[in-house]
Amino acid sequence: MWKWLHPYAKADRAYQLCNTLLPYFAVITVVCMVVGWVWGLAYAPADYQQKDSYRIIFIHVPSAILSMGAYSSMAIAAIVALVWQLRNAELAVIAIAPVGACATAIALITGAAWGKPMWGAWWVWDARLTSELILLFLYLGVLSLYHAFEDKKAAGRAASILAIVGVINLPIIHFSVEWWNTLHQGASITKFNTEAIDPSMFWPLMVNIVAFAAFVGTVTLIRLKNEILQREKHRPWVRQLIKRG
Amino acid sequence: MQFDSFSDFIAMGGYGFYVWLSFGTCALILLGILLSSLNDTKRILASVKQQADREQRIKQAKQEQKS
Repeated sequence: MWKWLHPYAKADRAYQLCNTLLPYFAVITVVCMVVGWVWGLAYAPADYQQKDSYRIIFIHVPSAILSMGAYSSMAIAAIVALVWQLRNAELAVIAIAPVGACATAIALITGAAWGKPMWGAWWVWDARLTSELILLFLYLGVLSLYHAFEDKKAAGRAASILAIVGVINLPIIHFSVEWWNTLHQGASITKFNTEAIDPSMFWPLMVNIVAFAAFVGTVTLIRLKNEILQREKHRPWVRQLIKRG
Repeated sequence: MQFDSFSDFIAMGGYGFYVWLSFGTCALILLGILLSSLNDTKRILASVKQQADREQRIKQAKQEQKS
């Protein structure tokens, strides 16, 4: 059943797959990001309580969702790397980590810029904020652990293990607003039945989430290509690549 | 359009600083990682090409020595 997947364990096939997928992700990113930002900034109605400051939601929520989404993907790649010993999966872990770290940083910065006018403080040691900060440190930990080893096989294994252990932080982030009494507001869009958000704000938010997800995909593909090239640079197929282009 | 004029749009009902700070840093970080990743691709491909050219030159020199 899974046999069709096997060829992609080969570096050159994986590289080709990245190249095939890249333009789709790039186009979705550009279209959705332009539409999402213009819609969110200029056309969505102002919030009745938070007025125009709530527009930060259109980047804060997508980046926060993707900071956790990217971490899940990284952890899945790490499991694949450890269980099936696939080098491409290891490379995927390292390709995703910096992108996820950027998403986390954006979530934290936009959160601070939203917290200042609404709560009166850039930062509070609130459960949601603290666990998201730990997520940033986990990403940075995975990256520095990988780069600390000279032997890239050991490096990939160590980074993968840390990535998997760090998964424990994801439910903590998600449920932090329910488990602890915090300043951070509850979820706006996870309860699909009783929508806590009006459609005129929900749809631009959705477009922005798709845009951010596609962006993370695009940059991850570019970085995965880089990692594959770097690792395989003495192989004949890479030489062929140079001759052609 | 929710705003009457461009200056209203920039002001964001008094929250302009915070809104544009968020969107600005977001854009900067996204552009930063995108450009640095693309730059890495260019750098790696250039180093591969350099290595290939070097091997080519060594091969040529050896052949010339023989003949």
